[in-house]
Amino acid sequence: MSQSFSIIGKPIAMVDAAGKTTGSGKYTDDLALPGMLVGKILHSPHPHARIKRIDSSRAEKLEGIVAVVVGSDAPNPYGILPVGHDEHALATDKVRYVGDNVACIVAEDEAIAERTVELIEVQYELLPAYFDPEESMKAERDLVHDNKPHNIEKDYHHAFGDPDKGFAEADHIEEARFIANEVTHAAMEPHSTLAAFDIDSQTGKPGRLTVWSSTQVPYYLQHKLSLVLEMPMSQIRVIKPLVGGGFGGKSEVIPLEIIAAVAARKAKRPVKITYTREEVFWAHRGRPRTIIDLKTGVKNDGRITAVKARVVQDGGGYCSYGVVTILYSGALLGALYDIPNIEYDGFRVLTNKPACGAMRGHGTVNVRFAFESQLDELAAKLKIDPAEFRRRNLLQPPCITVNGLRVQSYGLPECIEKVVDRSGWKARKGKLPQGRGLGLACSHYVSGAANSIIRSDMPHSTVNIKIDRDGGVVVYTGASEIGQGSDTMTAQIAAEVLGCSLARVRVIAADTDLTPIDIGSYSSRVTFMAGNATLRAAEAVKKQIAAAAAKKMGCAPEELLFRDDLILRNGVPAQEPRGPDGRGRPSPHGSSELPYGLSRDSEHGFATDHGRVGTGHVGTGVHARPAELSSATVSGRVEGQILRGSLQQKRKEDEAPKISMSFEEAVVAAIDFHGALTGTGSYAPPPEARGGKHKGGGVGPSPAYSYSAQVAEVSVDEGTGEVTVHKVWAAHDCGRALNPVAVEGQVIGSVWMGMGQALTEEMIWKDGLLMNPGLLEYRSPSSAESPEVEPIIVESIDPEGPFGAKECSEGALAATIPAISNAIYDAVGVRLHESPFTPERVLAALRAKRNAKPVNLTEGVDPTSPTKFREHGGSLWFKGKGALRHELDPARTKA
Amino acid sequence: MKKQLLELRVNSRLPELAIEPNRLLLDALRIDLQLTGSKRGCDDSSCGACTVLVDGIPMLSCTMLASSCEGHEITTVEGVSEHGALAAIQKAYGDWGGAQCGFCTPGFMMTVKHLLATNPNPSDPEIREALSSNLCRCTGYSQMYEAIKAAIQAEQKGMAVSK
Repeated sequence: MSQSFSIIGKPIAMVDAAGKTTGSGKYTDDLALPGMLVGKILHSPHPHARIKRIDSSRAEKLEGIVAVVVGSDAPNPYGILPVGHDEHALATDKVRYVGDNVACIVAEDEAIAERTVELIEVQYELLPAYFDPEESMKAERDLVHDNKPHNIEKDYHHAFGDPDKGFAEADHIEEARFIANEVTHAAMEPHSTLAAFDIDSQTGKPGRLTVWSSTQVPYYLQHKLSLVLEMPMSQIRVIKPLVGGGFGGKSEVIPLEIIAAVAARKAKRPVKITYTREEVFWAHRGRPRTIIDLKTGVKNDGRITAVKARVVQDGGGYCSYGVVTILYSGALLGALYDIPNIEYDGFRVLTNKPACGAMRGHGTVNVRFAFESQLDELAAKLKIDPAEFRRRNLLQPPCITVNGLRVQSYGLPECIEKVVDRSGWKARKGKLPQGRGLGLACSHYVSGAANSIIRSDMPHSTVNIKIDRDGGVVVYTGASEIGQGSDTMTAQIAAEVLGCSLARVRVIAADTDLTPIDIGSYSSRVTFMAGNATLRAAEAVKKQIAAAAAKKMGCAPEELLFRDDLILRNGVPAQEPRGPDGRGRPSPHGSSELPYGLSRDSEHGFATDHGRVGTGHVGTGVHARPAELSSATVSGRVEGQILRGSLQQKRKEDEAPKISMSFEEAVVAAIDFHGALTGTGSYAPPPEARGGKHKGGGVGPSPAYSYSAQVAEVSVDEGTGEVTVHKVWAAHDCGRALNPVAVEGQVIGSVWMGMGQALTEEMIWKDGLLMNPGLLEYRSPSSAESPEVEPIIVESIDPEGPFGAKECSEGALAATIPAISNAIYDAVGVRLHESPFTPERVLAALRAKRNAKPVNLTEGVDPTSPTKFREHGGSLWFKGKGALRHELDPARTKA
Repeated sequence: MKKQLLELRVNSRLPELAIEPNRLLLDALRIDLQLTGSKRGCDDSSCGACTVLVDGIPMLSCTMLASSCEGHEITTVEGVSEHGALAAIQKAYGDWGGAQCGFCTPGFMMTVKHLLATNPNPSDPEIREALSSNLCRCTGYSQMYEAIKAAIQAEQKGMAVSK
């Protein structure tokens, strides 16, 4: 028997939609405070240099300049990971990339700040710089960070099962190098922070700090501000206004957030800093350029016997999330297919470029591109249909993978079936005209990391709920709405559990003074974790309402059904078709579906620890007197003091026991009984989902994984090398779709962003200088280049998710890149090993195929291709002159 | 630079401003008039988040001088709502998931308003082409097309009822 729901599962508009469509919603840069100053940051023009001297005397003399902030104003190091505290608000000794932060001008307005920033004189001692990770790994001196030998931030070497034996058993082994070039989030809202100190009433010095910031992680920001400013966390309030997209780019502390606070302290006035678009590109924290050497062994029947991956990531100048990224790359080789033996060597390397961090599909996307491409090659070799090939390697959940990941709900088989069906795969694959093709690929992602980055026993999400006397529900959650619909999800779950209308629910989110701790919006954790916490908080409040309502209604609390703003006695409402408010309500009974909250066997069903209070009164006509209520646990009722609501309530008590109550009546009854109506719920992942004990085993485990399968249809112009994606069928297992329109939006958005990385998006570097720091040059696709995406929701109902829900915002991205690559192979028979698949790369591959030369694009390049591409193509493989160039580079000349 | 007195016509109101002649329209709107609905997403007229209508034509306010707009009717996203209620396109964008983070939405509102004013029944390719002046990073645009079609339907229904 399935459950029916009144709020969840229905496509609804986001609760904050009107603020966005009318322009009334406020983002950080829309805020202003009286006396507010503007901060402008001076960035390094050098990729690697020691700072000898900073002279700001000329700048300080100018009218309108209030303060000049430098590194020594806040020298404490910080970083998002406890193991990676290698950043400073402003450089103290060295700059490590073009764009590194050197000083900050605080001025009365932006125009003055902009003019003055040039007047700060900085003397640099230039150092040799490293731009290519594999070169950087050979470094002996002039290291990016002195405590990181060979510029290796972190390396991991894992072996699960017996990889050697696995490869020995294989009938076919495929081995290749794949390169995925660097991409960035390019969220539409540039980072912005407004910081203001209260004046301490005792000392007159700057006291409490309030920071409004475009962040996905208000609590981490509060924590890092406390480290750098040497203030207790309780003296810092972080408020997250509307955030204009994050995708991971705002999931750690970005330099301007710290600089604004330091500047506000020094200037003793509120300071706002908003990045220009170019600065956003320098702040970066995107997906690193990744070199993947991948080897896969299979039996003749298509069963995978072993996988070996060596992954090198170009991490940029600072640690950022790097240690986690390189671990995800290895850990999430598991949990998609059944792979008995895995060998993984991961290197996170420092270079003199902006730091890379977390980006949608953190750590998994590039390796998934390599893996799914290689599976496609193996399928072609073994002449097994790619869909069938994947089916032969499915997991058999519930299970724990060889690298310690627990898999419970697993919608991958259904995802594959659905996309094969909808795309006409069987009839069309390999049968389309030359130049047009279909490709299939799969992916998965965590529904929140099972282990927090700061180790503690603290729950990952806590939610408070307060209900007012008029039935208004206020949910306090630290979860950060960044456009993904977190506030809406929270309101939906609260409303569903309490059986009230969505309009009653108000969500107060992400304000560290008001909301309990939630570690933030990253690793797709909010629906699963904050959703579960909301569900538990709502259950806690509901229990109190039910106890009071049961008294009034003369029945047991567990007999009550909360639905449509009514509290009904099980089975009874059919006798009273109209609610007490006079509005007719359709009976939820009489259908084969069991309304939510009535299911006896459901874990969300009603707990019975309140006992069967009052059941003796059923149908007897005996009044449920307040005196009987006082025998129960808590009572905030003061004898002789009758509030207005209580009076109304008292009149109603003189009537016969009710068979239904309105939500307000029940709330008033509960508040009269308890004194206040509040509840708390929290969520921490279960110990059995927290992964293996090996070093680095904490990254990768999740309470649940989402699954995705996609088919892409593309055409390739063999004259120009241009690839057009016509349609993508994307099936995604999100557990349960709490809000289908939001789930579809997330899936489409992921596929679309994946297509951007597959075809056009690439950060192009030349000697550490970004060649395309603008949205046009970065080539984020516009509507004219965007394919039709058909989202297909698959619901596997996870046993631990809130109402069975899992993640839906990241997992789909990783499948799109290999699906397109595999479709290109189907269309024109060339295998692309380097993303994005620009016309230059596709043409080079096509030419290589015509000449029948075994050219691997990632090692050399077709000598007939234009030299201009090599200069421009961004591949640092081709850096240097003469003998310095790569040995396979045709432009190389012997010294 | 010396400030000059300027009378702008914004959303059918006539605010008077004392601003520098080099003040950009976007800054005049956002900072001087506190109409923060129009957004700054880039600095080089590539994203369209700052789109406003000048005499009904979509223009990028980040690359226009405020003083050049004197005597012209400027409509910002704050002027899209009709009679104090959401315009059909605003409602539809909410209902159909056309807005996620919402930062690009004000720009799209203006672009779509112009599209529907000049072409009340656009074809799919016409919608795609019209929207290509604005960038969105969340939605992949698909749900925007649905929203626009829904808004057109709602408008037509509304008109049919009022007749």
